[in-house]
Amino acid sequence: MAEFPDAFAAALRLVLTLDAGLAEIVGLSLYVSLTAVALASAIALPLGAAVALARFPGRRAVIVLLNALMGLPPVVVGLVVYLMLSRAGPFGELGLLFTPAAMIIAQCLLIVPIIAALTRQAVADLHEEYAEHLKSLDAGPLQRIATLLWDGRFRLSTAVLAGFGRAVAEVGAVLIVGGNILHHTRVMTTAIALETSKGNLALALGLGLVLICIAAGVNAAAAILGDAAHRRYG
Amino acid sequence: MPPPLMPLVVRDLTYVAGGKAILDGVSLRLETGARTVILGPNGAGKSVLLRLCHGLLEPSAGHIRWGVLDPATARSRQSMVFQRPVLLRRSVAANIEHVLKVKGVARARRLPMVTEALAGAGLASLARQPARTLSGGEQQRLAIARARVTAPDVLLLDEPTSSLDPDATRAVEELIRAIEAAGTKIIMTTHDLGQAHRLADEVLFLNRGRLLEHSPAAEFFRRPRDPLAARFLSGSLLT
Repeated sequence: MAEFPDAFAAALRLVLTLDAGLAEIVGLSLYVSLTAVALASAIALPLGAAVALARFPGRRAVIVLLNALMGLPPVVVGLVVYLMLSRAGPFGELGLLFTPAAMIIAQCLLIVPIIAALTRQAVADLHEEYAEHLKSLDAGPLQRIATLLWDGRFRLSTAVLAGFGRAVAEVGAVLIVGGNILHHTRVMTTAIALETSKGNLALALGLGLVLICIAAGVNAAAAILGDAAHRRYG
Repeated sequence: MPPPLMPLVVRDLTYVAGGKAILDGVSLRLETGARTVILGPNGAGKSVLLRLCHGLLEPSAGHIRWGVLDPATARSRQSMVFQRPVLLRRSVAANIEHVLKVKGVARARRLPMVTEALAGAGLASLARQPARTLSGGEQQRLAIARARVTAPDVLLLDEPTSSLDPDATRAVEELIRAIEAAGTKIIMTTHDLGQAHRLADEVLFLNRGRLLEHSPAAEFFRRPRDPLAARFLSGSLLT
């Protein structure tokens, strides 16, 4: 256990000196996860709002499904995306397997249900309050969705941050579809797994520190944003 | 030339919720011009009557006609102000602009309309403030200014001053008078006798879902025809 303090000190050195290898991995992680969150938000925010407002047969089942998919196992998502993108799969010709694009797709699929389910709940709550006013204005479905998404923007930003937290911290899906290739598809989580198995605890711990800081930062941002919004807009 | 919105004709209107008749066979006819106050104790069915007329609720029986139009079609030429104003989580000015945007008013025309609406409600200095941080009276004035900005033919107000202090109530009542003077038909509910005295040209007295009296205000306050209305006017608690 004596090697732990040494490894921790080495890890801190790597972080504080902005080690090039570590920075490259962190940079790719952020690029993949932020892109996945942007794409997932573009899909999930309107989807969640539409499910909150629309009345159609089977709506209850869709809500249950959305909630259930929040707990999708990343390795299963990775496997499905792998099958889709592998040479024999329907999208094999695109040549995306073992590229950052494949990792973005996998993370996007993983977090769309999370953002959509949280959006549905937030929009449904807000709609309870706004429904009569919007009906009185004869607002159409798209106007209602736009109004509720904008007025729920602070609570929805928490949903988006929750999606980001899930994306940046998962390892199973990106490992399967990205392949953990050095300088190409190696991100924080896959690198931590690899470096730990190789015994390179300093780099693994350094990456772990960065990951924890990002996760804590995201949570703090969500809390600060929520409090500020409540104080300002009620 | 759009068809006239008045008279409002209601026939045998019934609304049942949870097995209980909230409104029971209400019939009435309202003409343009007069300020109409629907008066009655809490739970009389005043708010439900207003919502049915505005097309927010569907009647269980009976029918409603605004001129030749049904409530849902007529709604685009009316505005409604709710007892607890529904203010968006935006600035005061953005609350008014939102209505104009939904109604399809071009962006370039919105700013002068917002400015005029805020000035008319005495809220110009608060334009950039978040709407939900206003005082109760300011919030209600904003809700009325927002309802007025589309120049509706009819303004429906549900207990617009029920939780306001006398100063705020006075400001809201002045605003209502100004809107009526500009040509908008006012139909409002209240359980406040003093307010009905101050504002009503005609009174509809509602109790337990039934319309018991529909009279010119002067006549209603001098010599009510309905015994329950007389008891309400004398300050008795109707049960």
